Parts: sequence; C-alpha cells; structure tokens
Amino acid sequence: MQFPESWLRTLVNPQISTADLAHRLTMAGLEVESIQPAAPPFSGVVVAEVLSVEPHPDADRLRVCKVNVGESEPLQIVCGASNVEAGLKVPCARVGAKLPQIEIKQAKVRGVESSGMLCGASEIGLEDKIDGLLVLPAEAPVGTDIRSFLVLDDQVITLKLTPNRADCLSMQGLAREVSAITGTKAYLPTQAPVMRDVYDTLKVEVKSQDACPRYLGRVIKGINPKAKTPPWMVMRLERCGIRPVSAPVDITNYILLELGQPMHAFDLAKLKDGLLVRLAKNGEKITLLNEQTVDLADDMLVLADGNGPVAIAGIMGGAATAVGDETTDVFLEAAYFTPEAIAGRARRLGLSTDSSHRFERGVDFANTVIAMERATKLILEICGGQPGAVIEETKRLPKREPVRLRPARVSRVLGVDMPESTMKDYLQRLGLVVKESGDAWQVSPPTYRFDLEIEEDLIEELARLHGYDQIEARAPRAAAMMLPQEEERHEISLLRDYLIGRDYQEVITYSFVDPEWETALSGGMEPLPLQNPIASQMGVMRTTLWGGMLDALKHNLNRQQMRVRLFELGRAYLRGEEGLSQPMCLAGVCYGPAFAEQWGVADRAVDFFDVKGDLEQMPGLSLSFLHVVHPALHPGQSAQLMLGDRAVGWIGMLDHKLSQKFDLPAPPILFELNLDSLGSRGMPKHKTIGRFPSMRRDLAFLVDHDIAVGELISTMREAAPEIVRELELFDFYHGQGVPAGKKSLAFRIVMQDTERTLTEPEVEAATTKIVDAVTSRHGAELRS
Amino acid sequence: MRNPNEILAQALPAIRGCQDLPALEQVKTRFLGKQGELTELLKSLGGMSPEERKSAGARVNEAKQAVESALKVRREAIQEAEFQRRIKEETIDVTLPGRGRGHGGLHPVTRTLERIQALFRSMGFEVAYGPEIETDFYNFTALNIPEDHPARAMHDTFYLESGELLRTHTSPVQVHFMESNKPPFRIIAPGRVFRCDSDVTHTPMFHQVEGLWVDEEVSFADLKGVLADFMRNFFEQDDLKVRFRPSFFPFTEPSAEMDIGCVICGGDGCRVCSHTGWLEVLGCGMVHPNVFNHVNIDPEQYLGFAFGLGVERLAMLRYGVDDLRLFFENDLRFLAQFK
Repeated sequence: MQFPESWLRTLVNPQISTADLAHRLTMAGLEVESIQPAAPPFSGVVVAEVLSVEPHPDADRLRVCKVNVGESEPLQIVCGASNVEAGLKVPCARVGAKLPQIEIKQAKVRGVESSGMLCGASEIGLEDKIDGLLVLPAEAPVGTDIRSFLVLDDQVITLKLTPNRADCLSMQGLAREVSAITGTKAYLPTQAPVMRDVYDTLKVEVKSQDACPRYLGRVIKGINPKAKTPPWMVMRLERCGIRPVSAPVDITNYILLELGQPMHAFDLAKLKDGLLVRLAKNGEKITLLNEQTVDLADDMLVLADGNGPVAIAGIMGGAATAVGDETTDVFLEAAYFTPEAIAGRARRLGLSTDSSHRFERGVDFANTVIAMERATKLILEICGGQPGAVIEETKRLPKREPVRLRPARVSRVLGVDMPESTMKDYLQRLGLVVKESGDAWQVSPPTYRFDLEIEEDLIEELARLHGYDQIEARAPRAAAMMLPQEEERHEISLLRDYLIGRDYQEVITYSFVDPEWETALSGGMEPLPLQNPIASQMGVMRTTLWGGMLDALKHNLNRQQMRVRLFELGRAYLRGEEGLSQPMCLAGVCYGPAFAEQWGVADRAVDFFDVKGDLEQMPGLSLSFLHVVHPALHPGQSAQLMLGDRAVGWIGMLDHKLSQKFDLPAPPILFELNLDSLGSRGMPKHKTIGRFPSMRRDLAFLVDHDIAVGELISTMREAAPEIVRELELFDFYHGQGVPAGKKSLAFRIVMQDTERTLTEPEVEAATTKIVDAVTSRHGAELRS
Repeated sequence: MRNPNEILAQALPAIRGCQDLPALEQVKTRFLGKQGELTELLKSLGGMSPEERKSAGARVNEAKQAVESALKVRREAIQEAEFQRRIKEETIDVTLPGRGRGHGGLHPVTRTLERIQALFRSMGFEVAYGPEIETDFYNFTALNIPEDHPARAMHDTFYLESGELLRTHTSPVQVHFMESNKPPFRIIAPGRVFRCDSDVTHTPMFHQVEGLWVDEEVSFADLKGVLADFMRNFFEQDDLKVRFRPSFFPFTEPSAEMDIGCVICGGDGCRVCSHTGWLEVLGCGMVHPNVFNHVNIDPEQYLGFAFGLGVERLAMLRYGVDDLRLFFENDLRFLAQFK
C-alpha cells in the first residue's frame, strides 16, 4: 500500500513528524518500507501566465515570451519549448531559483535578455508526460509557489502490509489505525444519499448468495464522456501508484483507495438483459480489460448478462462492457464478495488486481452503501449525469461474533501485567465494543476487521497498542533437565570433523539437479521431477550427491584449482517400493594430486586407495569393500561399501565415458555413504591385554594376479586358530622378479595367548594351518 | 723397575693425541690393559721387599691414576666433539614448511548452524529433524494456512510432479515433533528449505532454524528474553539493540518480527540496513491455538512460542559476506576463508 502523507493528514493529523509517524506505524505492525519525497528539493518556481510569444530574432526554435509572475511588470523569458503559447499557465523558475539540476541566473540567450526559465515537468523533478512545458490548470493562481500549488512538499509512504490487515488497504482504514495508535481523532469520509433523478434501473439477480451476500448497483445516465479527472484526484491516484485512465474509472479507483471498496463501472449500453451473479461454467471464456482472454472454471464467480460473463467478480471487468470514450450511461457496481469466493482465483489466472487483493483479504461489507453514494456524488460533480435509484440485493451478511476475552489470559500469554482499564481503552480505540462480565469479557469487532476471531487475536491487538517494546523481556523458567546423550549413535559432526582433518572441504549443493546427469549418476533410480523448477538444469531431485559434487568440482577446476577434495552432508530423495525416502548421505569427491605440491613428497595423482584409506579410518565405522560395479563408476575401480552384510554406499573412480561427457580432464574418485543405514556405533567393550610375549611370523605368497587380496585374507582368517591376534597385508609387489601373471603378497601374523607363553610347536602349527588353507584354496605358493 | 714417570711421559701425549674412542681404547690397553706397561710394572712389585714395594707401589699407582684421569678427560672431550658434530650435521631450517596433508573446513552455513545449535543446546533445546519433501498438510494446513490463504502466495512453493512439495520453511518439523511428543519440550529444527525464487538476494534453497518451546507457563516476555539472549550471544555483543514489531504468520498469534541494531554500521545507517539502523533477522510468535489443536495439545493448559530464523542471513552478517549466492557456488577460494 502506497499513499501520500498529505492525503492521510486530511483525515487524521497527529502532531508528529513524518519520521515519527513512520516509526509508530512500523512498531504497530504496519511496516513502513520506504518514504519518498513527492519531488526533489528545489526553490524559486512559481505559477506563471504566458502573456505573449514572439519569435526570437536570431534563432528559429527559440521564442521570446512575456510572462506574468504576479508582479507589476511582466518578465521577458526566452523559451525553447514547442508547446509554449500565450494564455498558458506554466511553472516559471525565477532568477535565483535552485532547480534539482541547475541554478537560474539572469542571462542573454542569443543576444536577448532572459529573466528566468519556463519549466517542463522533469526540470522540477517530476515525470514528463508531454514534450515541452508542464501545462497547469487555467485556474492556477499566478505567483503562487509551485511547491504549494502542486503539493510537492509531500511524502509518498509505502507500507508492507501483512495479509491479515486488509482493513489498512484504504485511506479510511489507515486513518482509523493512526487514530488508534496515536490517540488522535480521525475525520472519516461521509456521504449523504444522492437522490435519484431518473427511474432507469437494471435487473440484477444474485444466484450465488453465499459468495455475494451484498450487491449494490446504480444507473447514471447522460454523463459527459469527455470529462477530465480533476488535478487533485490525479495527484492522489498517481501518488498511490495508480495511473489515471478516464474520469469514471478514476473515480471508482479513487473510492477503492479512499474507502477500500473495489467498484466497477459498466457501459450500460453494452449490457444485455440485466446482470446475474453466478458461478462460471467450465469452458466459458472472457476477454478482460487488459485484453487477456482467460478460461473460466466453475469455482469462479462471474457477472453475466444475456451474452455470458461480463466480469470476473472482484477480480477484473470484461473488455466488451468496459467504459470507453463514448460511454454516456454507466452502471456502477459496489458489491461484497466473500474472501472464500475470490481467494486463489486471480493467482490461478495469473492476475493480481487491486480489487482481488482486497476481496481476498476481506472488504468491509458495511461500507458498500457509502462507497456507492460517494462514487455517485463524484461522478455527478466531475462528469455530470442523472442518477437512478440504488439497486440492492443483500442476503445473509457475515456476522461479527463477539469474542471472549479473559483479562487474566492476556497477562499469562504476554507475560505482562496490564490493568483492565488499559485493556478496555485499547480495545475501544480500535473500535471494538467491550461488554465486561466478570472474568470473561465479550468483545465485538467492527465490520472492517476480518482478523479478530479468537481470543489470541485480541491479545495481539492489546500487545500492539501497548507496544511490543513495552513488554519486558525475561529469562524463562523451566525444570533444569539434562539432554540425553546417546553414546552409540553415529555423530554426524564427528564424521564431518574427521573428513576436514583428512583435508576435505565441506560444500553445500542444491537438492535439485540436472535430469540428464542425474539419470547417468543415479545407478538406475528414477529421480523425482519438479513441476515448477527454477531452471531446466535444476529439474529433478537428486538421488545421489554426486551430481552436485561434480558441479562443484568443475566450478573449481575452471578457476585454476587443480587439487580438489570436497564432501557434502545432505539428503538424497528416492522413491522405492516402500515409498518415499530421504536418507541423509555423506559424499565426497577427490581430484588431482594426492598431496598439495610440496618439498619432500613425491607428486602423484590421488587414487582409489587414498580415498579407501580415508573411509577405512572413519571413526566408529569398520567398512568392508566388495567389488561390485556401479553403473556410473569405472568397472574395474568400483566397490560397494559394506557394514557387516548391509550395503551402505559406494566408492570408485568415475566412469571414463561420464568423465569425458562432463568435460573433466581426468576421472575423479567418488564416494557416498548412506548415513541412515549405519545403525548403531556400538559400545567399546574391554578385553584383557595379553601379558605374555607375542610371536610374529611373516608369510609371503605368490598367487595369480586376479585373486583378490580380500578373499585371501578371508581364507586366512577362517583358518587361523584363536591365538592369531593380527593378520595384515604389509607388502604387495608385482613386476621384476615375480613371474608374469603372478603377484607377491606378504602378510604379518601376530600370535599371542592371554594365559601363557606360546610354544614353538604351537606357533608352527598355526602357521602351517594358514599356509595350507591358502595354498590349497587359492593355489598360492609360499615364498621362502 | 722402569720409572713410572717415564711411562707417564709417554702415555699422556699418546692420550691427548687420540682423535676417536677406538684409538683411545688402544692407548688404554697399551698402558692399562692386562699386559699394559703400567700393569706390568704393578705385577713386578711382587718381587720387591715390603719397604721398596711401599714406595714403588705408591709411585706406580700415582702414575696409573694420572693415566686413568687423562683417559677420562680425553673420552669426555671426544664424546662432546662427537655430539657437536652430530648437532651441526643434523641442524635443519626449521622455517621450511611442514610436510603432509592440509586440512579442509566447514562450509560457512554449517559453521553458523553449529554455532546456533550450540547456543540453543546450552539452554536445553533438543535438536529435531524432519523431511524436506513434505506434504501440503504439514507444510501448510497443520500450520493454520488453509488452501487459498493469501499467506500461501508469500511462499513460492516447489511442487513435485507427484504432488508433494519441498518444504518452504522448517516449521513443519514443529508439527511432526508435537505429534509424537508430550509437552513440556523445547526444540530447534535446523535444515534446508526451498522457495521458487532466484535473484541477487534469493537462492532457491537456503537454511532455516525453527525453534519451539512449549510449557504451561511460557509467555511472549519469555520469547523476547530467549531471542534477545540468543542474538547477543550469537554476535557476542552484550549491548546489541533488539526490537520486536507486530507481524503476521498464520501459525503464531501474537506474531512478531525481530530486528537487531545493524551489526555492520552499529545503527548509524548503511547499505546493509537500508539506512534504517535495523536489520530484520527473524519471525516469531506465540503458537496459534489451531496449531495446538491439530496435534492434540490443549491450548488452555499449554502455551508455546516459536521462531524461525534464516541461517544465511546470520552468516552474512557475522562474517561480512555481501552476496548470498556465494554460499552455493562452492568456490574453494571463498570456502577456505572459513577454516
């Protein structure tokens, strides 16, 4: 809502500055978004009358004018504007005037003395509507300061109103509010009924009475279609952000701004057989005032004549029956449509109008009559014509039910002691009627307040008038209880801090990703599409975090970052057989050198085992790795992450083809863990440390190259007796000295008993068991 | 008998001439070994008369002690020289950079979220989570935002083709939590939220922290107390100005908008605060009875307050980030500043 302060102050004029008024409004919940001066500062400009216009002796496009500025002698001013002519009233900047851009001095223009400047609108900081001088009304008093004549010492105040305060979408409503919050009396517009001059009427039938509890109409015949909207009204409309159109339309807009009642004017001659207020039928169409043709739905309220819909009720009128340059007979409408009948329809049609904005939020149904009378009066004054009688169809107007208010609850909810007399004063200032009866009062809201339905609504009003700042902040009291700490839970922050320690940078990427990419990375999951994505490359919900990781990788590679190690914690979104799931995932990407370039460390690219090592050391997790091929990963470098027998994620190198498609110079290593499937971390359980010496045996085997070390270790673990405490690979070698197609693997085996020192034969027996298992099952050969 | 002093006269220069421990051992053997010159001399004492032996023995022992003492001095000198040599050899440039991996860092939004959570936890708030793909019911209806309510237009909602939506705020977590927990409780719910809006000051995804405190006696004054306490601790400014203005949210009544004195200009007015000296930082209010009714909590018995704050906004103010979009570009040169 945008309005000129000057208009508000004609209705309620508290003796406080603009800044103070703005502050009071903001602190009462009517947030002032901006205060703009109606015109920039300037001085020395007055209303002038052009007395005569003569050609300039030395310049074709200049004229020499005699100008009356209200002094005994006229001024001589050289003017270049094309529209200058004798008899016009225009702004004149006198010698010494300070305009926004220039200062006016006595000057000679091409040899002719010029004592001032005649001004166009832009020269005094206003908007140019025509080329040339700003033409003032003929009745403008010569010599008057232009700032006072055009009311330029005015502020345009813009409010950011919340949807519950529809009552403040008019000057009348704002005046009431300012009156309540400042305690200043408001003088609200009134209008006595206008008597009819003609018997003309229009048949109106309201079929949807629930949606339209009140409909007022009136015929006005014989208006002057050429009538001009008076400057004072144009000024107010423009400063409220509404462009003037034609007198009848401007008047209905003016009423909307002044009283908050949207109105519509039909061209009576174009209406056939009266008006019907009804729901639209599916398939009906209407071409609106803005020349847009829309399809109507059967929950949209329309006004229809004998030919079909002529207006969408409360939203916009139709083009076919609009008031135009030729219109002499109008039918004025002032109706009350319920919010339920209007809400959402305009948005569905892609429309938002001043009318729908108000009806959706609630319009004062008690205001309809005065709106009709004021509009009639203004039309008669401005356009002439003869009014008919008011046609009224009113059924079942909403009731404002009294709301119970318990003063004790006010104090309980707000945490402040407010005297009952104060409460009563606040409520009455807001126009509420209070009936005290013991602990529970009955409070009736006025018709213009749609937002006061329950006790809490009244409590908010009391808090508002009291001032939120007057409620003293306090530290709440509550039972002192500790928060539970589940020790066996995987703490996400622990995993995050671990990865940071391993040189990974956290990123946050969008949850919606490129559909094409997602399909390639998702491993067969169908990503969920958005109905209304912000852009097509953000069209589906991610099923894996890899898409975002690769985007972030690319972004950084394009910015000369050659070593990139990123991770993200966030949800993936999947729809499987059990329905929708949104697991929390932890994913990472590694690219470039394994170590930042430095002295004393050989330069090599990061590989699968670097990242595998990072995962193996994750606190609280003992992952195992199965060679399973993920469709987005290199078939030879892809593993499923296992926690016991549960698959919990993936690690691998990005598939070469995808890497190429994604324009990456080399494929990065990726991993992803589904954190929701990790389960419990388990509790540490103490085991006795052996006091007896341990024995170590190293075993080296030659095996076929394609035998997986993991399998070999499983075999050894299975065969190992209980005394084996450690069984780890410590060397892997192939190449010179090892036969082709073979590899050499060396294992460390540590044995210990907690009860006694092991004997040589026991150690030998255990070693032999392990060796036998490996040689027999995998054809391994023990190297000596 | 040889003169012990003659032997000593040979021994002492020999000892002094030794450059390392093996050479010193050789000299020791030559004079004090089993067949050493002084040892031989001592052995020869056996054949002397008690008188002679007494005086000769004394002289030999004197010489022996002198040799031993010279050996000790020389050994220590050689060892000291050896230490000095090693120290010199092992001396490094301690200003050379250390080796190994670097370390990463938290995203500034996460860092801010952690800070917010730590502060609320210290006041006994539990952390709750909820789904990001939501139903219309949890995101709107249960929060007292019926269909066609003008407030829905304030949320530019992303819809899935299947009809669900991406939550536009973290408030639905309130509803989920209250459905399965009995008051009293106090929770915060951090997480991602989504709005169909993208320009200089909006990203289609951002983060909020929702807060909810429900108990038998918890008032608007308490709400003000908790949030003022939070902001002052978050910005570590004990004298941070705060103000509360009436506002409107369908799920709270009374509702308020909270402003803090501009932390950039200190309230003098700057671009960040649009020259008002105030920054809007969160929305809050007393839980609307309709919200309690949806989750079967008796609004006569219980009162509650709720708030929702924007994490990116706080991060920008705290760390002086001037462009919201930086948070989601994931440029390492930006992120590395928050290590």
